[in-house]
Amino acid sequence: MNLPAHSKGLGQPVAARPYGLPSEFEKNLQRRESPGLTRVGAASVSFSPLQSLFGIITPSGLHFERHHQGWWDIDPSKHRLMINGSESSLLKRPMVFDMDDIMRLPSVSRMCFIECGANTAMEWNNTAVPTVQYTHGMLSCSEFTGVPLITLLEMCGADVKRGKFVLAEGADGSGMTRTIPMSLVQSGEVLVAYGQNGEMLRPENGYPLRLVVPGIQGVSWVKYLRRIEVGDMPYGAKDETLHYVDLLPDGTHRQYSGIQEVKSVITSPSGGQVVLQKGFHSITGMAWSGRGKVKKVDVSIDGGRNWKTSRLQDPVLSKCLTRFSADFVWDGQPIILQSRAIDETGHIQPTVQALRAVRGGRSIYHNNAIQSWLLGENGEVKNVQVG
Amino acid sequence: MFKWVSFAFCLLPLLSAAQTSKFQNIGRTATPQEIKAWDIDVRPDFRGLPMGQGSVKQGEVVWEAQCASCHGSFGESAEVFTPIAGGVTADDMKTGRVKSLLPGSNQPQRTTLMKLPTLSTLWDYINRAMPWNAPKSLSTDEVYAAVAYTLHLNNILPAEFILSDRNIREVQSRLPNRGGMTTVHNLWPGNELGGIAKPDVQGSNCMTDCGQQVQVVSSLPDYARNAHGNLADQSRSIGPSRGAETVLKDVKTTQNSQNTPSNTPVAQSIQARAAPESIATVSLSSIQPVLDKNACMACHGMATRLVGPSFKDIAARYKTTDGAINLLSGKIKNGGQGAWGAIPMPAQALSATESAQIAQWLMSGMPP
Repeated sequence: MNLPAHSKGLGQPVAARPYGLPSEFEKNLQRRESPGLTRVGAASVSFSPLQSLFGIITPSGLHFERHHQGWWDIDPSKHRLMINGSESSLLKRPMVFDMDDIMRLPSVSRMCFIECGANTAMEWNNTAVPTVQYTHGMLSCSEFTGVPLITLLEMCGADVKRGKFVLAEGADGSGMTRTIPMSLVQSGEVLVAYGQNGEMLRPENGYPLRLVVPGIQGVSWVKYLRRIEVGDMPYGAKDETLHYVDLLPDGTHRQYSGIQEVKSVITSPSGGQVVLQKGFHSITGMAWSGRGKVKKVDVSIDGGRNWKTSRLQDPVLSKCLTRFSADFVWDGQPIILQSRAIDETGHIQPTVQALRAVRGGRSIYHNNAIQSWLLGENGEVKNVQVG
Repeated sequence: MFKWVSFAFCLLPLLSAAQTSKFQNIGRTATPQEIKAWDIDVRPDFRGLPMGQGSVKQGEVVWEAQCASCHGSFGESAEVFTPIAGGVTADDMKTGRVKSLLPGSNQPQRTTLMKLPTLSTLWDYINRAMPWNAPKSLSTDEVYAAVAYTLHLNNILPAEFILSDRNIREVQSRLPNRGGMTTVHNLWPGNELGGIAKPDVQGSNCMTDCGQQVQVVSSLPDYARNAHGNLADQSRSIGPSRGAETVLKDVKTTQNSQNTPSNTPVAQSIQARAAPESIATVSLSSIQPVLDKNACMACHGMATRLVGPSFKDIAARYKTTDGAINLLSGKIKNGGQGAWGAIPMPAQALSATESAQIAQWLMSGMPP
């Protein structure tokens, strides 16, 4: 018998790689840019390879990236968070915290998804990109650890009644700023986070401190968080005025549109893949809602004419990715695969036509349309839109 | 002595929270000087705006020196970012609504001035984040001047105007899109801004015989198959499927690719080109601090031409040149003109080691 080398020799010792790495054979799974989408890498996006991920947690090294003015690896011993009021009557005691302070406080951990408001933006009017990495890859999910922002605001004596808004500001060159409603902060969901999947945040994701705003588009999860201000009006920051505003057919822009609505996508089989065999297949994908838990995911193999309810894999958590799957036997005929999520508020994922009928085709952000994949006779899966 | 914080203690009313927080000895009071230095935001009501002024004429000088290389001399450029100027009319300034935002307009791209509803946003953003490669380097008066010049690009301000903290509210009332925003939607998580109670678009819960006959109405054209690179290299090489071979143009080959191994000759030859053995490999992660420190990326994109050629193009051109590392290292350090067009590259204040490292990174195939 011809045994392979690894059965007949001595393997590598412990700690040969003190920080472990994926197998050499997994190099195809990488964050990737969509060619032509942006002109400069420091103000760009890299997409997570959803087509090859399992479960609901995104490996930290494959978490999608969005930088507005480049990323930094900031010395955590020098990082500070200031909390102040837009006027002194809104906050009794402006404070400065260093990382030692923040990490001494009782921490909470929660799993939640983060999705860029512009995820699937290229697909409003036509299919534009080939794979789920590019159609939906500005989506990731991690366990985040940190301190509820409300705890810090209480320490500072914030007036949470009159101070209806919070400004979050980053320490990087872009000085990213976003307005967060105090009502959401009071719910305890908004975290000042330093942990991600059991270790510290990755630099690309805001090391050493970022805001976690479950259910809200990623731009609000301010990275390199350096300041929180309590105020009595929204702040009209660049990325809630010139970008991340949704153009409607009547020429107005929706401003302060934050929630990522109910959405799902099949990741296997998905665009750009070639299915190898006829016969049994497990259709699987992810569903999520910025308004709470996923209640149900239906799957269609005939382009939305008929639907079957899929299995949801535990855990099913609020504002977190939920893995779904459905059994299916492929007879080799062309089929069109779709998934449709429904959240606990009763909101149902719409078709792209239903979205366009209300919002037109130019609003860029918040495209939560049902995705269609055409599995052809040759086994190749293509991104299509159906009507 | 170690002592548990009593539960009753945390129930003390918020009123006295600052003094009586159970989290004793965590954090410290911010000094007024610290707050002054850090609290730079300017709100739509102009709270936070520092006193100062700048003229359109001064703004033109700032613009040419700091802004034009990315945004174009007239704010028209879409080369690097979306255009700043264009698409607004004198009539829009009167009505506060921009006509070219309506469907059917022949305006090719939405510009900053078409969208801008609040002047504070422009002031705040230029102050905190511009110029691109040296944010927060403009003086207060230079920010006023840059804002004034930006507005002048579309005649919102006349050429002789001097913008200041005293007249900025009046200028706000000239903005073309000042009435163009709405918060009447269901996407803000709270009721602070009005909004509506229900989502604006609801899907169908039909389970059988739903809708019309299904037709494919949009798909990617065949010529775009390879627009995102070879998809075979972007999916796992085991499991129920493989990534489609999109580098091989012959569709028939693709159709028969059910046993496609991931290491096709094409993939192998790409790898072979990427890392010739004779050159020590320098990774992007190790060279990034050098690129950052010297602001190389302000002019050179990874794969896109900015002010100068992309790193990818440079690497490709010198791939087969003998002594390329020494040659490029010298060019990086001393600058040059003519090899890639008329725009000169200035000499750079980096060490010979750093310039050699950049050259090595380029010639080792720009590994991540």
